[in-house]
Parts: sequence; structure tokens; C-alpha cells
Amino acid sequence: MLSIKNLHANIEGKEILKGINFEVKPGEVHAIMGPNGSGKSTLASVLAGREIFEVTDGKVNYCEKDLLEMTPEERASEGIFLGFQYPIEIPGVSMVNFMKTAVNAQRTHKGLEPMSSSDFLKLMREKKELVELDAALASRSVNEGFSGGEKKRNEIFQMAMLEPKLSILDETDSGLDIDALRIVANGVNKLKTKDNATIVITHYQRLLDYIVPDFVHVLYNGKIIKSGGKELALELEEKGYDWLKKGADK
Amino acid sequence: MEKDQDKILNDVTQSEYKYGFVTDIENETIPKGLNEDVVRIISQKKNEPEFMLEFRLKAFRHWQTLEMPNWAHLNIPEINYQDIIFYAAPKQKAELDSMDDVDPELKATFDKLGIPLDEQKIMSGVAVDAVMDSVSVKTTFKENLSELGIIFCSFSEAVQEHPDLIKKYMGSVVPYTDNYFAALNSAVFSDGSFCYIPKGVRCPMELSTYFRINAANTGQFERTLIVAEDDSYVSYLEGCTAPQRDENQLHAAIVEIIAGKNSEVKYSTVQNWYPGDKDGNGGIYNFVTKRGKCAGDNSKISWTQVETGSAVTWKYPSTILLGDNSVGEFYSVAVTNNHQQADTGTKMIHIGKNTKSIIVSKGISAGVSQNSYRGLVKVVKNAVNARNFSQCDSLLLGDKCGAHTFPYIEVDNKDAVVEHEATTSKIGEDQIFYCNQRGIKTEDAIGLIVNGYAKEVLNKLPMEFAVEAQKLLQISLEGSVG
Repeated sequence: MLSIKNLHANIEGKEILKGINFEVKPGEVHAIMGPNGSGKSTLASVLAGREIFEVTDGKVNYCEKDLLEMTPEERASEGIFLGFQYPIEIPGVSMVNFMKTAVNAQRTHKGLEPMSSSDFLKLMREKKELVELDAALASRSVNEGFSGGEKKRNEIFQMAMLEPKLSILDETDSGLDIDALRIVANGVNKLKTKDNATIVITHYQRLLDYIVPDFVHVLYNGKIIKSGGKELALELEEKGYDWLKKGADK
Repeated sequence: MEKDQDKILNDVTQSEYKYGFVTDIENETIPKGLNEDVVRIISQKKNEPEFMLEFRLKAFRHWQTLEMPNWAHLNIPEINYQDIIFYAAPKQKAELDSMDDVDPELKATFDKLGIPLDEQKIMSGVAVDAVMDSVSVKTTFKENLSELGIIFCSFSEAVQEHPDLIKKYMGSVVPYTDNYFAALNSAVFSDGSFCYIPKGVRCPMELSTYFRINAANTGQFERTLIVAEDDSYVSYLEGCTAPQRDENQLHAAIVEIIAGKNSEVKYSTVQNWYPGDKDGNGGIYNFVTKRGKCAGDNSKISWTQVETGSAVTWKYPSTILLGDNSVGEFYSVAVTNNHQQADTGTKMIHIGKNTKSIIVSKGISAGVSQNSYRGLVKVVKNAVNARNFSQCDSLLLGDKCGAHTFPYIEVDNKDAVVEHEATTSKIGEDQIFYCNQRGIKTEDAIGLIVNGYAKEVLNKLPMEFAVEAQKLLQISLEGSVG
């Protein structure tokens, strides 16, 4: 589904991604871990199409299309979803209005008719239940006044509404207590199918107890320095990153 | 962001002000220029009674003693009044008994603008007075309304048919001595709407006037007068568009509202005059004096405006709170883009006891435009227990536009409670990216965010017009990514 070859990207002249090679197939869950500043969020932003990052080299193939040629909204309509690390607030714009605009924009891109209001509200009710989202949250403005945990749950709710092919969850677990973590992870697991894929970016092994990865990659200093199965995450939990850093710095 | 911005800007400079067409119709005009003869000709063409001509002449002579004011935060080139035509009327029958009598070109114009002159196709419950250039073309539902004692007709017709009402109320809220443009309007006003709601009557439908400037080089000077007797209610809407021309056109109107005891008047405006092209050429100068007098106790006047057009907007719809317990409200969204300028706001004058006023002003600036809010809250010595709440918000799109706030608060009574809040914000690139990442195009994202910002004001508009206003906001901000 996703094939990244030798991806280099920088921001304001400083190179962050220094040659990423990475592949994701349908049905897979990949975890990306690594110390702060290694480029994890940058990778997520570049895949989503954020223009403040400049891609200087490499190719990204998504579902047989050249991802780097697509605008962020095209990538979204083609099924890429980014769960933001710091979801932004948009005062005055209700969640309902926001989601309806997004859902219909994606439908239009696919050549479908926009959804009727009643069908849409039904969909919202369904998905709210699926991810255990508070009814009250959905009637407020986008993320306005939401706590950190509520914002993360709102990301998963939007993921449920948009039914993406490839979800990239950027530190979805940061700032969550155990119960919130369980709910978020539950939501992600319920949305998993054999046709979609998830990239989970996280610092901590804890989330991976709930969202069990097929592959774990360690990103350090803009490159993937080690890949393995889920045991790799347990090893990192025990030993930290130093043993890998030493190898990479040599 | 730069690449994206340029692309969108390029795409959208091809997009046009969609009301910019010109109607090909025979016009009757008088020669350019302004002098006492022109004033007499106007009065004569309209077949006015003596008192009206007297009023015009007094106003004209007063205007001649005045100089154009220049205190506003606006950059306006000098206006040559001798280069303007002060009367242009579509040539057609004065009396319109049925739609068949209306010139087909005129009918087509209003169809194109989406204004229903044909009562069968009408959006339910809205009576329309259509004014093309200086003349009222048709007023719908007149007979139905008159059965309730409601008078809704063109101002010119009111001067003929109801001179007593005109004599009593015209100039009682905005005298011709009020300001430069009020004097000018009082001398050369062409037409507008007159609306009278008798005691105890609740007007069953929205009344609206739709103003369309068509002829070139003309000034449009409408005059609207709304009188709501005790215990009555009316909701009135004013809509405006004009063709796209390279020259500026002057629009200096007057609106007067009188509200009796326990009455309520809602006055809404969705203004979409041609704003000039992206280089600042052409566009309407919109200099208007609008004022309401809450004459009776417990009366209420609400102004709601959505201003998206005009090269220059200069207006302060105001309310004089004379009656005890009277209420004045002002809700405004003023958009400026490209080279547009706006200096707009309101005046709330608290005179009676226990009066209340609410001001919510939302300015949106983009391009290299300048948007100013200027408001006055005045509480006189004997205005016991006055309350005011003002909120002025500015939203900036891009880094070349300006937003300014000039609040004036004059309080002479120690019981008064006057609150003022102001915010300034920007649409962040990260907010737009968040929308993009959910599949929403940048233009639509801006539309969403701007409408969310203006929601509080848009909610005050009658429903059908709220939808139009939302679309208008989005269109007027095309190409302004920041």
C-alpha cells in the first residue's frame, strides 16, 4: 500500500529525514518509536503533505500513485488519515459541520453524492458509540475547550467517521490516563480491517500492549536504524535507546 | 504555503463578481451636475407636492455651505459632484398592475439576481420592492398587506398617496442638517421604500427592498422610512448589488426608523455592492446614514448587517433609546478584501430609563484592505440604569491588511454599566492544514472558519438570507489565504 524510498525532508533549511525506507502492506500495524527529535512527527507530517516541510529527495508510492504529487486534501480523500499529536482548535466551527464538510468533500472526490443530513447524523451516532465519544463533545466547536485526552479521542472519532485506508497516529497516547488509553486503543482496534493499515507513532510500550503491532521500527536521527517484531518494543522498554544509538552513531 | 497561496490567487482572479452584468435598457436621465435647477427637475419629474420641493431646496442650500468630512480612517479621492448624473430612471409605465407590464429586460435582471418579482414563484412570506437605479419597479404583495392596514410602497408613491405621514416623520430622525451626505440625500433623493405598520399589527411577512444600480455615472440616493406604531412588529431586509464598472459610483442613502411603544423593528442588510477589482479600480462608495428612534417605552430596534461589497463603506446604523426600557441591538459582519476600505460601526444613545444596548461587530480583513470599527455608546445624565455590552472582533487574513477599533464611550450617569470586549485573531496555517488533512480544500476551510467566526451575527438574519450571506462571505474572501 505504502512504499517509501530514500525520503529526505527538511524544514527551514535543516534536514530532518535523512533517507527513510519503509513499506506498509494492507492489514498491517507498524509502530514507529525513537527518541525525541528523531523525525517521527516530521515523517507523519510529510506523509500528510504539510508544506512547511520540503521534500528534497526520494519517492513515496501510495496505492500505485505518487503521493508527493498530491495535495493534502487529495491525500486525505484517497484514504490517508493523520491523528495529530496536538489537535488544533477551530472556534465557531461545530464538530457536526466540520465532519459533514469533510465527509462530503471526500465523497465528492470519489464521485459520490453528498450524504443527506439525516444519513449523516445517523453515521455520527453510530461512530460516537463505536469509539465511546461523549455525546456532548460532538456538539461543541472543533476541539474548543477539550482536554488533552478529549482531543485524542476526538481524533479517533474522526478516524471512525472517515474510514481511512492508512491511518497515521502521531503520539496518540501522550497525555492519556489508563482508561482513556484503553478507550482510544479499543477504537483503533475496532476500526482495523484486512484492507486498511495503521502506523502508530509512540514513545511508550504501553500503547502497544493494546494496539499490537506487526512490525516495530526505531527512528533515530532521521533514519530507521532497526526494525523488528513486537518484541523489539519490549526490548526498548527494558534497555532504552542507547544501545541502538551507539551503533548508529559509529 | 507560498506556492499554494499563489496558485489559489491565480485561480481566483479569474472569478468574477457575479452580479457585474449590465442591463440593456432605455433610461431617462437628466444632464450631469448638481445645482438648484437639477433639484427642481428631480422634484418635477416625480410630480411632487410643494412641501417636498421646499424640503429639497432647504437641504440643497444647506449642503452648499458644508464641506465633505474627512475624519474617517478612509482614503477617498475627491468626488466631483458636477460629473454625476442625479436622476436615471428605466423608461417604462409608472403604474404596474401586473407582471406583464414590467419591461422584460427588467424582469430578466431581477430573475438573474434571484429576486422574485413574480408572486407565484416567490419564496414564501417575503414581499419585495424592487428598485432599479432611482425608481421602484414593482412592489409585491401590496394589496395583501394593505388589507391589514400596512403600507408598503415606494417612497415616491408614499409622497403622493400619504403626504401627511411623510410630512410627519421624514427628517425626524435624520434631519438634513445632520451631516454632509444627509443634506445631499435630502436634496436629491430619488426613491426607496416606505413602510408603515399601524397600531397593534404584527406584519405577517418579511418586507424587503432590493436595490440595483444599473446606469453608469449616476449616484443612487435612496430614502427609506419605516414607521412602526405602538404594539406593532416588522422585519425588514435590504439587499444591494451593482454592475462592474471602472468608475466609482456614489451611493448616499438615508434610512429612518421610528418605533412606538412596545413595538419592534428588525432591519437587516446584506450588502454586496461591487467592491472594485483586485487593483482597487471602480467600486461603489457606500456613504449611508441610518438611524432608528425608539420613541416609545419598551420599544426595540435591531440592526443586522453583512457588508461584503463597496469600494468604501462608511456608515453607522444607530439607535436613539428615548423610550424607557427601550433596547437597541447592532450585529455586524464587515468584510474587506483587496483594496476595499470600511469605517463602520454604530451609535447607541441612551436617554430614557433602564435602556439597554448590545453591539456585536465582527470585522474580517484580507488583501491590503483596511477595516475600522467606530462606535459610540453615550449615556446622558438622566439616563438612569443604562446597560451596554459591546464586542468588537477582528479577523485578519494575511499580513498586509489592517483592522482598527475606535470605541467612544461617553457616560454621564453613575448607574450605567458599560462593557467592552475586543479580540483580534488570524486564521492559522495549522487550522487550515487540519481541515486539508480531513479532505477539505483550503477555500472551503476558510469559508468554514469565517462562517464560524461570523455565526453569532449571521444567526440574527432571517433564515433564507442567512444562507445567502454565508455563501457571500465565502465568495468575498476567495483568494485570501493566510
